Amino acid sequence: MTSPGSTFLERSAVSPAGDSLGGFGSLLHAEWTKFRTVRSWVVGMVLAAVVLIALGVLLGSANRSTYSAGPGTEEIIGHPYVPIGPGGEAVTDSFQFVHQQLDGDGSITARIAELTGGRLASGPQGPAGPPPVDEQLPTGNATPWAKAGLIMKADAAQGSAYVAIMVTGEHGVRMQDNFTGDIAGPAVGDPQWLRLTRTGDSVTGSVSSDGTEWATVGVVEPGLPADVLAGMLVAAPFQETVTQQFGGGGTVTGGPTIATATVDSLALQGDWIGPWNGETVGEDLDSERLAGIVGFREAAGTFTVVGAGDIAPVAGGSGTPIERALVGGFAALTIVAVLGVLFITTEYRRGMVRTTFTASPQRGRVLAAKVIVIGGVTFVVGVIAVAITVPISTRLLEANGNFVYPISLATELRLIVGTALVMALSAVLALAIGTILRRSAMAIAVVVVLVVLPYILATAAVLPAGPSEWLLRITPAAAFSVQQTPLAYPQVDGAYLPAFGFYPLGPFAGLLVLCAYAAVALGIAWVLLRRRDV
Amino acid sequence: MLTAVRAEWTKQRTVAGPGLLLLAAAVGTIALSAAASAAVNCPGVGCPADPAESSLTGVLLGQTVIAVLAVLMIGTEYSTGMIGCTLIAIPRRWQVLVAKAVVLVVPVLLAGGLAVLGSLVAGWLLLPGAGWQPGTANIGFPALAIGNGPTVRAAVGSVLYLALIALFSLGIATIVRSSAAAIGIVLGVLFVFPILAAVVTDPDWQRHLKQIAPSTAGLAIQSTTGLDYLPISPWAGLGVLGLWAAGALVVGAAVLQWRDV
Repeated sequence: MTSPGSTFLERSAVSPAGDSLGGFGSLLHAEWTKFRTVRSWVVGMVLAAVVLIALGVLLGSANRSTYSAGPGTEEIIGHPYVPIGPGGEAVTDSFQFVHQQLDGDGSITARIAELTGGRLASGPQGPAGPPPVDEQLPTGNATPWAKAGLIMKADAAQGSAYVAIMVTGEHGVRMQDNFTGDIAGPAVGDPQWLRLTRTGDSVTGSVSSDGTEWATVGVVEPGLPADVLAGMLVAAPFQETVTQQFGGGGTVTGGPTIATATVDSLALQGDWIGPWNGETVGEDLDSERLAGIVGFREAAGTFTVVGAGDIAPVAGGSGTPIERALVGGFAALTIVAVLGVLFITTEYRRGMVRTTFTASPQRGRVLAAKVIVIGGVTFVVGVIAVAITVPISTRLLEANGNFVYPISLATELRLIVGTALVMALSAVLALAIGTILRRSAMAIAVVVVLVVLPYILATAAVLPAGPSEWLLRITPAAAFSVQQTPLAYPQVDGAYLPAFGFYPLGPFAGLLVLCAYAAVALGIAWVLLRRRDV
Repeated sequence: MLTAVRAEWTKQRTVAGPGLLLLAAAVGTIALSAAASAAVNCPGVGCPADPAESSLTGVLLGQTVIAVLAVLMIGTEYSTGMIGCTLIAIPRRWQVLVAKAVVLVVPVLLAGGLAVLGSLVAGWLLLPGAGWQPGTANIGFPALAIGNGPTVRAAVGSVLYLALIALFSLGIATIVRSSAAAIGIVLGVLFVFPILAAVVTDPDWQRHLKQIAPSTAGLAIQSTTGLDYLPISPWAGLGVLGLWAAGALVVGAAVLQWRDV
C-alpha cells in the first residue's frame, strides 16, 4: 500500500480550485487528489471496468443458440424467426385471419355469438387416422386470453401494423393495436357486438350488447396504409403455468390451446373486395398438428372460425435480454464496494483522518466531498464500461445465433446510466458503511451481503416466487430492476418471475430503494462523524 | 510448532473480534436458514424442493462472516505491522500459516456445527408447515430426520464447507496482504460464479461453471434430492472447494516464505 500522506496534504493546501463554495471546491480537489494518487485504487477502478466488459464478452461467446427448421433437418446456429412489431419490439403474430381487402374508409360490424376453447386433445391417434375435426375441438370455456374479434391489418405479414377489437376468454372486450396497445372495453352482457370504423388515419372500436346502442372503446391511429386487409381474427395463446423452480429457473406446465368462435350478423360498409379468405398468419406455429383444424367455414351468414396462436408482444421466452451480458456488474460492484470502503477506512488506519479533519473541521463536508468523488468516478467508469459491453455482447450473442430482444435507444440509455448508477450508489453506500464501522473487511462484507446476496437468494436459490419478490422490494438488490429490458405486459400471461429477470418494482422505484439505503447510511455516518472523537 | 499454535491462539482469544464474528456467523446462519425454511413451500408430492438444502440456506450468509474472520486473522497483522514480530518470533514462516489455519479451523468447526445444528432444528420445526408432511414418500419430511444418511452428509458437509471457506480466505489474505482486497476477492469468487452460472444458457458452460466454482461445487454437499441431476456429486464438489482452499494456502505459504514479509 502506498503512503502518499505528505503529498496530498501539500496539494490540498495549495489547491488552485476556487473557494466560491466556501472552500468546498478545494475540499473536492483534495479528495480527488487522494483518490487518483493511490495507484491501487486507480488500478482497482480500471479492473472493475475490465471485469465488467470481460464477463460480457464471455457471456456473449458462451451462449450459443441452435435450432432445426423442422424434423429431420440439421441443427444450425440461429433461432426461429421472431417478428418485430411496428414499435420495434419482439412480437408473437400467429393467428387465424379471415379477411377481405378494404380500400379507404369503411367499417365492419359483427356479433360474436360464442367463444369456446381449451387445450387441444393430444396424444396418439386411433388407427383409423385422426378423428373428425369437430370431435377434436374443445368445447369448454375459452382460455383467459383467447381472442375472437375484428381486425384491420396492413397486410398478412407477421409484425405488420394492425388494430383489433375482440372478445377474450376471461378479460372482457379489449381494443388492441400494434401489439402493445391495449384498451379494456366496458363490460356488456353476452352476446357481444363489435365494430371497427376507419376514418382516415384513425380507427374507432365500439361495443354493444344488442347491436343498436354502441359504446366507444377507443380511438387509435395505428398507422395503417390506405388499403388494408380486414375481417375476423381468432387466436388462443399457449397456456402456461410457470412456477419458480428450486435452485433458480422455472418449471413450465401447460401447452398449446385452441379457440373456436361463432360469428354472425356480419355487416360491411365501404369499399370491400371479397371473397372471404382464410389465412393462418405465421404458418410456423405448431403447423403440423393444427393443419386441417384451424380455418373457417360459413353457413347461412354464420362463420365458424378456429384459431390458435397469439397476436401480442413477446413477454419473455427463448430470447436473451441484453442485461444478462452485464453479469460482470456484480464483480465490478464488489470491487467498487472495496474501493468505497477503503476511501474512508484507509484514512483511519493511517491516522490521515486527523490531518483531514484538522484541515477541514466541518466533517460533514469532508464526507460530502468523498461521496461526490467516489460516486462520480464510479459513475463515469460504469457508464464507459457498460456502454462498451452492451454493443459488443449484442454482436457476439447474435453471431452465436441468439435472439437478443431489441431495445429502444431510451431503454439502452436507461440500462447504461442505470447500471452505472447502481454501481455508484453502491460505492457511496460502501463509503457510508465504512465510515460507520471504520473497519474495512467488515464494511465490505456488509455491503456485499446487502446488495448481492439478496439477488442470489431471489434468483438462484431455494426461495419460491413470493419471498423472492419481497427480497427484491426491500433490499438494495431492488436496484437491479433498472436493468430489466423485457416488459411485463398485463395483456399477456407470462412468467414474470425474478428467476426470469422480472422485478416486482419498476426501474426507478428499484433505484430509489438503493438510494434510500445509501441516504440512511450516509445520515448515520454523518451523525457519528460529528459526535465521535475522530 | 506447538509454540506457534499457542501464540496464534493467544492472539485470537485476547481480542473480542473473533469471538463476536463466530457468534455472528452462527446467529446469521440460523436466522437466514429459519427464514428460508419458513418461506419455502412444497405444495404436494413431487415438489422439487430439497428439505436439507432449504433448511441450510443460511450457510450462504454464514460463509461471508467466516470469510471476514479468516481474512482478518492475517490481514490485521499486515495492517498493524504485527506480522514483522510474528515472523521474527517464528522464522519458519510456513509454520505461522499452519498454526493460523489450525487456530482458525477448530473454532469455525465448532461455530459451524452449532450453526448447522440450529438451522436443522429450525427446518425441523418450520418445514412441516410449508407442506413437508411426514410420510409423503419421495421427498418427504423424514429426509430431514437425524440419522438419515443424506441429511447427515448435508449437515456434516456444510460444517466442512464453512471450514474450507475459512482456509480459502486465509490463503487469499496471505497472498494479497490486505484485508479489504482479500475479502473483495473471496466474496467476488463466492458470489459472482453462481450468478454467472445462472445467466449462461449453454448447458455445457453452465455445468462446467458449477463444477469449478467453489461455492456452487462446494454447496452440492447440501443436496439430498435429485442427485442424478447435480452438475457435480456432493463429495466431489466439496473436494473442488478443498482444492481451491489448498491452492490458496500453498500459494500463500510459498509467497510468505519467499517474500520480504
